[in-house]
Amino acid sequence: MPDIQSPLPGTFYHAPSPDSEPFKKQGDQVSPEDTIGLIEVMKTFIEVKAEVSGTFEGFSVADATPVQAGDILAKVG
Amino acid sequence: MTIRKLLIANRGEIAVRIIRAAQSLGISTVQVHSEADRDMLAVQMADEAVCVGPAPAAQSYLSIPAILQAARDTGADAIHPGYGFLSENAGFARAVVDAGLIFVGPDANTIDRMGDKAAARATAIAAGVPVVPGSKGRVEDAAQALTAAEEVGFPVLIKAAAGGGGRGIRIAHNAGELARLAPQARSEAAAAFGDGGLYIEKLITNPRHIEVQVLGDGTDAVHCYERECSLQRRRQKVWEEAGAFGLSTETREALCKSAADLARSVGYRGAGTVEYLYDDQSGDFYFIEMNTRIQVEHPVTEMVTGVDLVAEMIRVAGGAPLSITQDEITVTGHAIEVRINAEDPLRQFMPFPGKLTSMRVPEGTGIRFDHFLYEGYQIPPFYDSLLGKLIVHAPTRDQAIDLMAEALGSLELGGLRTTTPLHKALAADPDLRAGRIHTQWLEPWLEQGNLTAAAEEA
Repeated sequence: MPDIQSPLPGTFYHAPSPDSEPFKKQGDQVSPEDTIGLIEVMKTFIEVKAEVSGTFEGFSVADATPVQAGDILAKVG
Repeated sequence: MTIRKLLIANRGEIAVRIIRAAQSLGISTVQVHSEADRDMLAVQMADEAVCVGPAPAAQSYLSIPAILQAARDTGADAIHPGYGFLSENAGFARAVVDAGLIFVGPDANTIDRMGDKAAARATAIAAGVPVVPGSKGRVEDAAQALTAAEEVGFPVLIKAAAGGGGRGIRIAHNAGELARLAPQARSEAAAAFGDGGLYIEKLITNPRHIEVQVLGDGTDAVHCYERECSLQRRRQKVWEEAGAFGLSTETREALCKSAADLARSVGYRGAGTVEYLYDDQSGDFYFIEMNTRIQVEHPVTEMVTGVDLVAEMIRVAGGAPLSITQDEITVTGHAIEVRINAEDPLRQFMPFPGKLTSMRVPEGTGIRFDHFLYEGYQIPPFYDSLLGKLIVHAPTRDQAIDLMAEALGSLELGGLRTTTPLHKALAADPDLRAGRIHTQWLEPWLEQGNLTAAAEEA
């Protein structure tokens, strides 16, 4: 089961803005180029791409959580 | 009331700068910090340190209750807000004073007034400061827009009266374009702000950004001459100079005097900056806004005038009158500052919050490096990317550019990617050296691949 890791340290967000739906929900199909979340690093928002295909199984960390590079952000089955 | 213990409600290099100024005045220091900033240099330097919350700034550096609590717990009698964060938050300034403490900065009402675009413009006009010519208030239809545009002269900007953030802004070069674009701007403004009112303003083509440093003690105000800050990327300043090149003596005197007049007219207290657009073609300057705080680029002014701006703002906050008169403030030589950011300029300025493995800092006459770094420091990813500012001072602008190139060559920050390659390329650029620059110069220069070419040669 492939994990999606954080490419950078920063704050991880599930959705494009606080009022929006998350990028992915459990059961959604995922393609490698899909954005699954945002990392805020030094006031810049970087899109996190899935880089794998499969079915989205859920986020591994809560919304708006500080993460390190390499931390597992979400799981794809 | 003299300040005895100063709390610094900020982080990074400016916190270090404020602690140094406080120490020079014999004032003890309290450094607040987030959980992510325990290792910060300012925490090590301050007499006391207080953790005020978790990493996100909203819960730490922007938490007014947590900062006031830290001041009460440590017995601080004054708070310095630095720049960014709460520095221009009138509510914070008011809360500090209501808590019986000194806010190192202007009165809350001054922050409010200069922070409101329309009020600031009206205040500038009342003080005799030139503003960008524009319509007298809102225009509601195409006919009114045309009348206003003909009065200020084409080309014009069509802006949303209720606007901000660039939405609804159009450029019209003639009456035909105005007739076509005004209705579009009107509907976009109505959709974005629920208000279709427009504002017409003269477009200054390729303006330079020139700003004047002011100091006030609540009664009197002086200026410390001007800075040139035209090199910007995404409206962030990249390279700053003092003074601005190519100004006539009359223009410089009029520009600087207008800023001091404005500061005096509002009873300004502390350090502030009056920003202008400067039209190289006509030599005219126009007020844009006033920043009611110390600015990132203040060191270039300190280098050419010898005035310690941060110490002076602390002194006047404690109730002292200005320690210098206008005729005592003179400019010697030319200074340049570059911002060393943790960003990779060769990869679209991608942030790079790495660990500093080794560090070599240029030293010598006329070289200053304001920073918060030490070997082994892990740059936290939660805040802005400014690591430090390399500042040089030399007799002439040409010599200052040469010294900057030399100093950049001796700056080594191991383990990090920084904006140093950008500044090296700028220091070698003939347009920059000749002063053929303006606020719209740097972004096209980057898009044309000048930085990549310079990096490949190096």
